[in-house]
Amino acid sequence: MTQLKSREAILVGAILLLLALVASRFPGFVTPSNLLAVFTDTAPLIILALGQMVVILTRSIDLSVAANLALTGMVCALINVSFPGVPVPVLVALALGLGALMGAINGFLVWKLTIPPIVVTLGTMTIFRGIIFLLTDGSWVNSHQMSAAFKAFPRETIFGLPILGWIAVIVTLILGLVMSRTTLGRAFFAVGGNPHAAVYTGINVGRTQFLSFVISGMLAGLTGYLWVARYAVAFVDIAGGFELDVVAACVIGGVSIAGGIATVGGAVLGALFLGIIKNALPVIDVSPFWQLAISGAAIIIAVTFNSRAGRSKGRVILKSAEHAQ
Amino acid sequence: MNLAETQQTTARQIPDRLTTPLVRTLKSWESLLLLVAIGIFILNSFASPYFLNAWNLSDATFNFTEKAMIALAMALLIIAGEIDLSVASIIALASTAMGLVMQAGFGTPAIVATGLVTGLLCGAFNGVLVTRLGLPSIVVTIGTMSLFRGISYIVLGDGAFRGYPSEFAWFGQGYVFWVITVELTIFAILAVIYGIVLHKTNFGRAVYAIGNNATAANFSGIRVERVKFILFLLTGLMSGLAAVCLTSRLGSTRPSIASGMELEVVTMVVLGGVSILGGSGSIPGVVIAAFVMGLVTFGLGLLNVPGIVMSIVIGALLIGVIALPRIYQNLRRK
Repeated sequence: MTQLKSREAILVGAILLLLALVASRFPGFVTPSNLLAVFTDTAPLIILALGQMVVILTRSIDLSVAANLALTGMVCALINVSFPGVPVPVLVALALGLGALMGAINGFLVWKLTIPPIVVTLGTMTIFRGIIFLLTDGSWVNSHQMSAAFKAFPRETIFGLPILGWIAVIVTLILGLVMSRTTLGRAFFAVGGNPHAAVYTGINVGRTQFLSFVISGMLAGLTGYLWVARYAVAFVDIAGGFELDVVAACVIGGVSIAGGIATVGGAVLGALFLGIIKNALPVIDVSPFWQLAISGAAIIIAVTFNSRAGRSKGRVILKSAEHAQ
Repeated sequence: MNLAETQQTTARQIPDRLTTPLVRTLKSWESLLLLVAIGIFILNSFASPYFLNAWNLSDATFNFTEKAMIALAMALLIIAGEIDLSVASIIALASTAMGLVMQAGFGTPAIVATGLVTGLLCGAFNGVLVTRLGLPSIVVTIGTMSLFRGISYIVLGDGAFRGYPSEFAWFGQGYVFWVITVELTIFAILAVIYGIVLHKTNFGRAVYAIGNNATAANFSGIRVERVKFILFLLTGLMSGLAAVCLTSRLGSTRPSIASGMELEVVTMVVLGGVSILGGSGSIPGVVIAAFVMGLVTFGLGLLNVPGIVMSIVIGALLIGVIALPRIYQNLRRK
């Protein structure tokens, strides 16, 4: 019964209902090949939402992910233009490293200078985007300037699913393992649930938050390369405002903004929910201009729902002790 | 504690304020900011020959007055421990509503009233969700941020409203006398009102009390939820007012109007010394921060620095002004 009432089960139900509604208007949407395409299209959001989940879990927030993505993507594109011979695995490693470095800057400011995360990442968000402009003078890197191998990597399909989709699956699995099977994963929950108690159990709260920002930054960097290669274009404003979609996916997925509560499955489902809406609207002849309002409404409904579900009363452990007072 | 100290601390004195008021004022955040502002002013006047010109300086005020109006209300909201990230989207929705009223053939008074009322309603919507349903304001306003602007997109698509009546232009383009713009005058009057409300009234004390400890405030008889609701209303109203000014200045409405402005408003408030964690801050600080940001963007603009590079400066300023005192404290402790 508790399994049925869990947030993930409800989200799965909501997604199935959504798919059924779309299918009643346009049956072609729920064919396996199209669903795989929708999943691949949502992959960047899934990867970023997983990184954001870890950050929010530790009572922080990372608003710089989209800017990090754009900067890393641009750096990869520029390297590809200048040195077309650099193989894709090196670029991927570089994207991971550069993203992690930017995450580390955020994390360092939060850890060592105890500046509130929202302030830090608001600042670095504008700084990262500004650096792209300094690098490029506002010019674009277009498809014809990129090498074929650079563009092909995320689109290559293995067992019918493009590599972009596989990366989302792999990231989900890795984070699932980290969150449930490692001390680091436990530390993220402990820090978010009760930082004071975490200190007494020997967890360095600041360092844990630092690591969460590194993870989020690393995943943003990875997505940066994938994004630029997939859309075959890089400019200052790519993924503008995407950080809010990422936070929205987390909130819809039941990640508590107050920290301490989150699941990998929830974050993935939250991202999928938004991704399906985004892909379904044009299919059922709703103007894409509705998308923003719908995702806004979805966030509000989800958070209202979460707070209702989370408002369970504290358990009375010792009845007699309570009477004695 | 020796005898001299005990004698100094008479019943009326508060022991944690042993320095004189003058020293306290000089050491305060506001005076540091004022120094920064003066420094930027001097740098600018050396850097560009066009800076020290009354009309140019008057133009410079346009790029911050609208944000600063919202920042006044946002300061109170953040001091009370909440935040509103939907302000720029409220501008978009209010501006769209104004456009609809204009197209229906109504005159300037109706257009302005529509902008203000739409702002109030949006603020009330945020306020109800936060205070009645007990939801975290950052999530609620990230949601309404998409929702309000989304409604704007539904109404306008990729179109725009144009053709506002000529007398409507007064709000964003008019002058009260000589180089003093209407917007600057509105902002100055509001700054005084907000300063008095926050620093001299019971309501202002309640705002600080809530930000420091909402539970304690509740037990001391403050209606926490009602005060917060009023603050959301005020922030909505100010956003509506900013929408009137901005729409009047631009002379048109697009759904992308004022996008990203919420971050600049929050930057302004935090730069002004308001703690993002709530509980402390002052209106003079926010007002000086508004001028600092206005001077920086205007000075860089005169030097032909593109807008996005200015945003690097603003971002660095935001982190820098908060980091530097902390680095200084850390070094002193060692």
